Amino acid sequence: MINKLVVENLKHRPVRTLLSIVAISIQVTMVLTLVGLGAGMVNEQARRAKGVGADIIIRAPSNSVITFSVSMPAKLIPAVIEKEPHVTAAAGVLLHGTDMFSYVTGLDLTQFNKLNGGFKFERGGPFQNPGDVMVDSYYASEHKLHVGDKVPILNRPWRLSGIYETGMLARLVVPLDTLQDLTANTGKISVIYVKLDDPARTREVIASLKQKLKDYQIRSMEEYASLYSVGSVPMLKEFIWVVIALGVLVGFLVVFLSMYTAVLERTREIGVLKALGASPQYILNILLRETVLLAIAGSILGILMAYVTRFTINQVIKGALIQAIVYDWWPITAGIALVGSMLGAIYPGLKAARQDAIEALAYE
Amino acid sequence: MSDRPIISIHGLRKTYRAGEVEVHALRGVDLDVQAGEFVSIVGPSGSGKSTLFNIVGGLTPPTAGSIHLAGHDLLGLTDVQRTELRKTTVGFVFQKYNLLPTLTARDNIMIARHIADKNGPLDPKFEEILQLLGLGKRMDHKPRALSGGEQQRVAIARAIVNHPAILLADEPTGNLDTENSVAVLGLLRDLNQRLGQTILMITHNPEAAAYGHRIVRMRDGRIEAED
Repeated sequence: MINKLVVENLKHRPVRTLLSIVAISIQVTMVLTLVGLGAGMVNEQARRAKGVGADIIIRAPSNSVITFSVSMPAKLIPAVIEKEPHVTAAAGVLLHGTDMFSYVTGLDLTQFNKLNGGFKFERGGPFQNPGDVMVDSYYASEHKLHVGDKVPILNRPWRLSGIYETGMLARLVVPLDTLQDLTANTGKISVIYVKLDDPARTREVIASLKQKLKDYQIRSMEEYASLYSVGSVPMLKEFIWVVIALGVLVGFLVVFLSMYTAVLERTREIGVLKALGASPQYILNILLRETVLLAIAGSILGILMAYVTRFTINQVIKGALIQAIVYDWWPITAGIALVGSMLGAIYPGLKAARQDAIEALAYE
Repeated sequence: MSDRPIISIHGLRKTYRAGEVEVHALRGVDLDVQAGEFVSIVGPSGSGKSTLFNIVGGLTPPTAGSIHLAGHDLLGLTDVQRTELRKTTVGFVFQKYNLLPTLTARDNIMIARHIADKNGPLDPKFEEILQLLGLGKRMDHKPRALSGGEQQRVAIARAIVNHPAILLADEPTGNLDTENSVAVLGLLRDLNQRLGQTILMITHNPEAAAYGHRIVRMRDGRIEAED
């Protein structure tokens, strides 16, 4: 019976109900889009890392999963890694940031081709000159690039020598020597990819390398890819917290206003319920149930809108940003919506519950 | 009618504070109402009849005196106990019907049962009462689709659905035309005669008051006369 009253109350003011649901859904969509973008970018990086075809990845000490700011000497490859039994190929690459989420990757094609047979070109081919660049098909279509075009990277023009299939290592690849010189990293690399004659020996080789390269981060590619998460993107976690706080605030304000006006409007009805013997808890219960219903409907709409933002982002900003659908965040965002809404319902709810029956019945 | 009063009021006083002014709404009221009696209370505005109605209904506590209602001593009741009293012992009918606008006539009645923790279908006796009220075909309409007379009949059904010891009616015909007033008053008399429902009715209208077994006249917070 009480649920019927709750539903009928919400239906009684459809515009107010709809606006509340939409406002709650916006904060749900905001969080899902932000987290989805983080996850999408991170998943894409993990996919590309796997596409390298290596068995082991070696990174300098004290880099986080996603950053490559600390470099290591390239001479480690001939001096240590290539001498290790079962190693068939090792390639060092240098990564240099171009903006918040993008890197330009410098690599030695001869080394890299030994890992996986090289890039599969859709158009053009490998570098011919030190000033050449190769991009993946995603980047090319996003920037409408053709072989032979000039591509501005790091404040200088590069000649596009080839466009390769996406999903391998990076979006932008330049010759290792050129990037090292250009970024004052001569003789240095960020990451070493290692291929073995038998992937089953990965653990054994990692253990042996760890003896020789103390403090270096040496992991199997499988383990490395699994480390990619939203939490590994610098500042994203903090930013998500800010958005969550905003979400709770929006939910609070919207529901506060909506429920406050509802309580004022229903003063007389509250008096009637009290005259019938409804306790303050009964009245509070009605308003809290209405709030829960608004939060659930807002969460569902917010989740659906996250699909719309993903579609829009994919259509409008092709390739630059990838939004994943983050199922494990659905209950979290619904929880955020619920907490904000409940906080907003507390004051109007208590006001209603404490309403004096005689005054309420006399309310015009 | 039994000899033992269902409402027993002696020296009842109620004083409100309106800002810094004390308002003596009731100045010592004595009244006994027997079970099964239909009593009309008349009096001008400010005579204290609404205050008496609110105290008997457990909507507000008295300041002094004694008031017993179906065995409950209302003087020392807490808010929670007065809520319980309204749930189990008293039924209200108001001048403005006061139906919940979002619910149908049937659900307006059912919510009173739900509040009183009575769920499940209506008992056959009450179904008969609904027939008596002539609401059969209008039960699934919301208040805005009902006439004033129909709304008041729904309000009466709601007030008695939990079989209260006392039905309190505050100007039940105040918003109705003559035809509907007669119908509603006839209904109250039927409930009183057929079911033995005790009724305390406040009214301005002498014709309406005449439906009661006796008429209590109030003025300046006291009972002036009884007919």
